[in-house]
Amino acid sequence: MSIDYLSDYRDPKLIAALSAQIKSEATRAINIMEICGGHTHTIMKYGLPQLLPPEIKFIHGPGCPVCVMPKERLDHAIAIANMKDTILTTLGDMIRVPGSRGSLQEARAKGADVRALYSPLEALKIAAENPDKTVVFFAIGFETTTPMSAALIERTIASGVKNLLFHINHILVPPPVCAIMDSGGEIDAFLGPSHVSVITGSDIFAPIVDRYQTPIVISGFEPIDALESVLMIVRQFNEGRREAENQYSRAVTPKGNERAKALIDRYFEPRETFRWRGLGDIPKSGLKLRDSYASLDAEKIYAEKLPNDPIDDHKLCICAEILKGRAKPTDCKVFAKACSPASPLGSCMVSSEGACAAYYRYAQTL
Amino acid sequence: MCLSIPSKVIEIDEANNALVDTMGVKRKVSLDLAGEPVALGDYVLIHVGFAMGKIDEKDALESLAIFKEIAEKMQSGEIDERDGDLGLVDRLS
Repeated sequence: MSIDYLSDYRDPKLIAALSAQIKSEATRAINIMEICGGHTHTIMKYGLPQLLPPEIKFIHGPGCPVCVMPKERLDHAIAIANMKDTILTTLGDMIRVPGSRGSLQEARAKGADVRALYSPLEALKIAAENPDKTVVFFAIGFETTTPMSAALIERTIASGVKNLLFHINHILVPPPVCAIMDSGGEIDAFLGPSHVSVITGSDIFAPIVDRYQTPIVISGFEPIDALESVLMIVRQFNEGRREAENQYSRAVTPKGNERAKALIDRYFEPRETFRWRGLGDIPKSGLKLRDSYASLDAEKIYAEKLPNDPIDDHKLCICAEILKGRAKPTDCKVFAKACSPASPLGSCMVSSEGACAAYYRYAQTL
Repeated sequence: MCLSIPSKVIEIDEANNALVDTMGVKRKVSLDLAGEPVALGDYVLIHVGFAMGKIDEKDALESLAIFKEIAEKMQSGEIDERDGDLGLVDRLS
């Protein structure tokens, strides 16, 4: 018997069975924050809130790297793109996010060389094909994507290519979770991120569980995964347990991907602080290139040309409250009005993983 | 960006790349970040052009079998929504 990973994990009969099981066992109100934007989409797409008891609620978390990217960093990307003889490369979603004065897409329309990538490895190919230009890879993402930037750096060094630089914006999952809990969020439990955990392993969540006494269940991305994870959370409360558990055991181990982690540690170290859109400055929450790789560091090489002023968010945008789990997109005055995927005011609408984009796309089912 | 459907490895080349099949679409991905050895026929998780993890198919089979047992009990009327333990304890504990 082979598994059909799509239909088997989305089987309506199995979904109904798990829903019934949760209803039969739930005994109290639980606010569950799903950390990962991918989970937000699964939850919305399959209408999972409607399959749960009304006292169990999902709160959307900060796990969408495009959504939490501050305008200051975007303005760096735009400044680099506008420099003579540079090619700015980044993963596709970043192209449309507004900085303080427009987006990379708009910079491209005005003549800047901006290229959206499906894989970081394409940046090396572009650099090899354009030896008279400086290619800058604007790297974003949580622990899932950080190893790919590290692998690109390794291949770049091995290849001898000299015209590829890196602007590093990688961020970590545990620090913003702690920041939200420390700021008094009304969160009782977490769905832990799927693919971050493939890299980090499930063990990294134990300290958070101990500190805040909130269960964290690492969940796969399919609807059955999410429902089973909710059931596991319900059972923890019923049994008086507070644990980190791994529902996604077909892909996540306690220690994760050791090879990827070693590669991350070779090239990156924590920044003193990183600014998060909506969450402010969080210590040790972002990564930078180690000093020994300064010759690859676009941020250092272009330091004098990059803007450094703190920038406020659009006044009408409530991404900040949405990212903290204090509001839903439907609470926003400009949601699906002035702000839409075609003309986003904030990053939660731009990114295909953002909560606002998920609500815009699936909200008719509510 | 993050969503990843398990993809089957159908070829591996000398440069440590795999050709994988995702729902009938074939593409080449790097194995530089595979956390453990990858063989033909394995299912891997793909992220921005890299295989980053393997699916433990035995684990997936076991959990699906338990879910299907629950669904069958519901269909045959053996249980209703207020019934208790449906056999999930063994998997979850």
